[in-house]
Formats: sequence, C-alpha cells, structure tokens
Amino acid sequence: MWEYSDKVKDHFLNPRNVGEIEDPDGVGEVGSLACGDALRLTFKLDENKRIKDVKFKTFGCASAIASSSALTEIIKGMTLEEAEKVTNRDIANYLGGLPEEKMHCSVMGREALELAIANYRGQKVGKENFEVVCKCFGVTDREIAKAVRENDLKTVEQVTYYTKAGGGCAKCHPKIEAIIEKVRKEMEKEAPPAKPEKKKLTNIQKIKLIEETLGREIVPALKADGGDLDLIDIEGNKVFVALRGKCSFCPSSGVTLKQYVEAKLKEFVSDDIVVEEVRP
Amino acid sequence: MKIVYVDNNATTKVAPEVVEAMMPYFSELYGNPSSMHFFGGQVQRKVNEAREQVADFLGADPSEIVFTSCGTESDNAAIFGTLDSYPEKRHFITTRVEHPAVGNVCTYLARKGYRVTELSVDREGRLDLDELRESITKDTALVSIMYANNETGVIFPIEEIGQIVKAEGIPFHTDAVQAAGKIPLNMKNSTVDMLSISGHKLHAPKGIGVLYIRKGTRFSPFIIGGHQEKGRRGGTENVPYIIGLGKACELAKKNLDEERTRVRALRDYLEKGILERIPNTLLNGDRENRLPNTLNVSFEYVEGESILLLLSDLGICASSGSACTSGSLEPSHVLRAMGVPFTAAHGSIRFSLSIYNTKEEMDYIIEHLPPIIQKLRDISPFWKDYLKSQKKE
Repeated sequence: MWEYSDKVKDHFLNPRNVGEIEDPDGVGEVGSLACGDALRLTFKLDENKRIKDVKFKTFGCASAIASSSALTEIIKGMTLEEAEKVTNRDIANYLGGLPEEKMHCSVMGREALELAIANYRGQKVGKENFEVVCKCFGVTDREIAKAVRENDLKTVEQVTYYTKAGGGCAKCHPKIEAIIEKVRKEMEKEAPPAKPEKKKLTNIQKIKLIEETLGREIVPALKADGGDLDLIDIEGNKVFVALRGKCSFCPSSGVTLKQYVEAKLKEFVSDDIVVEEVRP
Repeated sequence: MKIVYVDNNATTKVAPEVVEAMMPYFSELYGNPSSMHFFGGQVQRKVNEAREQVADFLGADPSEIVFTSCGTESDNAAIFGTLDSYPEKRHFITTRVEHPAVGNVCTYLARKGYRVTELSVDREGRLDLDELRESITKDTALVSIMYANNETGVIFPIEEIGQIVKAEGIPFHTDAVQAAGKIPLNMKNSTVDMLSISGHKLHAPKGIGVLYIRKGTRFSPFIIGGHQEKGRRGGTENVPYIIGLGKACELAKKNLDEERTRVRALRDYLEKGILERIPNTLLNGDRENRLPNTLNVSFEYVEGESILLLLSDLGICASSGSACTSGSLEPSHVLRAMGVPFTAAHGSIRFSLSIYNTKEEMDYIIEHLPPIIQKLRDISPFWKDYLKSQKKE
C-alpha cells in the first residue's frame, strides 16, 4: 500500500474544484485512457487577468486526483505569469509530498496548466515540434528534460517515476540516459557545484578505492547469501558489475545493486557513482 | 472499523484450528525431526502425519510430497529441478498469464539462452490447445501451465493439456496455488507430474508450500543441503508450519463442497448485484470455467487504485489489476494478454471470497460500491464524454 500523506488523502477523498467551466478562457488536456491517467483543466480570468475560477476533471489514481485538486487551489487568484512559474514540486510540496513513484501525477498537473495557459494565449504547445522519446506513454524529449531539470533527476528510474517515460517496453532507456546526461551537463555549467564533498580522486585512486570497497564491504555480504559479484569495468562515474551465484537469478538483484552496492560505493568512493549490471 | 475481507487470492485468514494445531511445536515440542532421540522422533511422526494429510488432500502418495517455503519456491524448484535434469533440452513452454513466480523465471531463462514459448489466451482468458500442440518440439524440456489464474480465476483444462504434453513424453508442471482448496485436485489418475501449492492461500500461514513430485519424475534438488525431504529439498523442516499446512489441507478437503456451493453462490450474488447496479461494467474471464470464489470486473472510465482506496476507507479489502496499485505503469499482464480494452483494464477490481465471508458482507459491498464508482466517474473527464457520445447516437 502507498504511504500517502494526510493532505493527499484529504484532497483525494474531498477533491476541490471538480468540474468543467463552461466557456473557459483556457483549456489544458493531458494523458489518455491508455496511459492510465488524464487531466482536463479549465480556467476563467477576472477583469484583472487573475485566475478567478479553475476546475479539473481527472481520471487516475488517488495521487492524480489529489494533485489536480491541489493545483487548482494553488493557482486560484494568480496571474498567468505567476501560475506559469508553478512547478510540479510546488504541487507535491503543497500535498506534503508524494511517493517518488507517483511524482508523475504532479508533473501531469503542471503540464495541463502549461497547456491551458498556452491555449489562452493562442499558442500551440504541440508535441510535433519535439521528439516523442517514450512511445508507450507518448513522452517527448522536452518533457523529460524539463522534469530532469526541475527535479534534479539522475537516473532513468527517476525519470519514469516523474514522467512515466520508460515505464513500458524500456526500449527508450538509452535515449533517456542521453537526455539526462545532456541536461545535467547544462545544469553544471549554469551552476557549478559549490564544493566537492569528497576530495577529487585520480582515476587510478578511484579504481583502487572501488576495488577495495567491493572486496571489503560488499562481496563478503553477498557471499553470505550464496551470491557474488565481479567488477567488469569502470567508465567515469559508472561502475559495471556482473552478479554471480544466487544473485544472478535473484529477483531482488536490482534492489541489491541500487540500494546496497551503489549506496556503499557512494559512501566510500564518490557521491556520483552509478552502478550498472552487465548481463551475460 | 468493520472489515470485509474479499482479497483471499492474495492471502487468507489462518484457520483457528490450524493455529491451535501449530502452537505446541514452537516452545514445547521443538525437537528436530532428524534427531535420534525420542524428543525428535515424536516430532517426526507429526511431520509424517502432516505429509499424509497433504497427500490425502491431493490424492497423492505421501512420498510424493515435498515441503517448501512457499508457492514461489515450489514453482522455481519444479522448473529449475527439471531443466537441470534435462540439460540437453533448451525449450520451455508456459503461458502469458502465469504468476510472476513462473513468469519472471521465464525472463531469466530467456536471458540464459533458453527458448521460451508463452502461449496466448483469448478475450475470455482461455488457451488455444492447438497452439500448445504446435509449440512442442523435441527440444522441449518442460511445460508449466497454471491450474487457475490468480487474477481472473479462469481454470485451464489441465488434464487435457497434460494428455497432449505426456503424449510427447515431456514433463508437465502446474502451479495450482490458486486452485488448491477451491476445486478438487486428484493426482491419482492425473497427467500432472509436478504441482505447486501454497499454504497461505488455503488458511495455513505464510511461509509454507508444497511441491508434489510424481514418483518416477526426474528431478534435481533446487535447494541443496541435508537429507530432508528425501534429498529433494535441504533444510531443517519448518515443523510448526508443516503441521499447520497438514491441518489446513484436512480442513480444505472437508470444506471443498462449501467452496463449490455456498462460496460460489455468494460470489454469483455479488457479481449479479454489481453488474445490475453499475452500468458500463465488464466481467473479466471465462464465466463458465472459473474458480468459485473469484470475481474480476472492470468499471469503465475510472481507475482501480482510486476505487480500492475508497473501498478501503469503508473497510472493504479487494485488489486491482490497475497499473497504479503495483507501482508499475502498465495494467496487469493478465488483462493485457486477454486484450481487455484500455477503457477497462485500468479500472479492474478483483473480489476473492473464502468460506469466512457472509451474505451480509456481500450486501455491504453491493450497497457501497455504486456510489464510489459514480463519484469517480463524476470526476473523470471520459465519463461525461462517453455520456455525450451516447446521446448523439
């Protein structure tokens, strides 16, 4: 069962501003039945160009309904310039947080708002100008890049949690990885990290430290469970390993890799280590 | 809060008689069945008795019963234990609607270079036996097909399948985790070589399972260790749980008629109540060949997790094939394999009953479900669109 905050539960059980405004100033629609969630947002402005009334209709899970409800409460009374600045983080924070796997619900809210504002201004935010990276859920490179930037995402899994991209057939994972890398490079240029938390290692020092950490902290624990692990290669911050013994067919090996091996290497070597499994 | 538990395909209440049977074997009769002294010996006799109870329930010989830790272990042991015995054969046949305990083993096998055939199902969740016939080759090491589906309750014609498989001399395994206790199982004149059951689906506790292995079936142990279970599964016997499962099997045998009559009647009553009161509701799965306790329905234009949470708020515990409940983004692989349309797949709810359910509980669900679906449809953008499209026609 999901751990939803009281605020999420409240907005799910008693959603605010449900409905559709007749003759609205702006309409934004995202999602579809096939995708498993969808949101239709309509708003009306007052004489001062502030959002006087806003309503939503949502098909989806509890957090999708709660996110939509929260969005309408947040933007009511705002000018469009103010509303434009609302991020999915604002929606999630308003709700006292969402489970990470459900962050895409808050992103759906932000996207519908963006479309509704564009609709009012007579602009087109068509998907045609952008590449649809994830064909299963129809997510474009622009949407993925925006989610990575706004939420400081680092992995494909996180991108899936936030945008659904990559949650289906998984064929687009390399493309998503490339987008993450590109956006993160841009972000680094814009705001170089204030201070490196661990002292910079030379490549040789890093490789040695990884080997030592694997041997001391990780392999003995895996062996205790009948498993084992081989270090295959190191490329920059990426550490490629192969799981052996019982680990190789353990259904929770993915968890082992991320929550155990990667966590240990981050702790002892460097915060930016990413562990990847090499399959035979 | 009132609790109406209708999620018995997920897990069941441990029967009070089972708890009672188990209790002495924790801190009083705690001996190891393998020990030479009387203190272990008396425990061994009880384990043997439990083995006989399970064998009696399955129409098997006690020597064909291997205790495991769960249904998943039984499935894994059957598959890996057989493939290991036929190392020269590299083809495995199963279905697209198996439980992950078999389904994810297939993914693993495919990665290891096995050729895996996953048989398709039709809109009602039924297999095409011609597809099975055409899939069998000289290279086929094992066929594993579930007895009944956990999500829809659809029962496969296991003996008919077994005849096809055995005619080719190929070992046949079935995951009967959902069938056991709900429909009669008799291994005596069966074509099944191996069959998995799980304790916690039939009112025994979690953490105990059985793999039935027909005499003469080639099998390599999956868990290698001591001589326990005649060398077919190492590890000191989980004595209290084995005794609990023995008792549960004895009860299940007695209660089988009730499952097939009273529980079925309750399920049919619930099904009728829901279908009559809620428009745009579809029944998922073969209505005829279905477990007597299982009801899987889809409510169009609403999403399953939302339904479950609103039900849960009223104390009603059910389950859904919706993507959102599992943390994955795609709806149930079973419903997708059946080709359930997207308008309905996300809004599927499974009710699974047991002998502990009452008619009053069904009335409670029938009373509270329609306003829940209506509330969510009022929030859903697609419901209004659908109503509009109906008016035009």
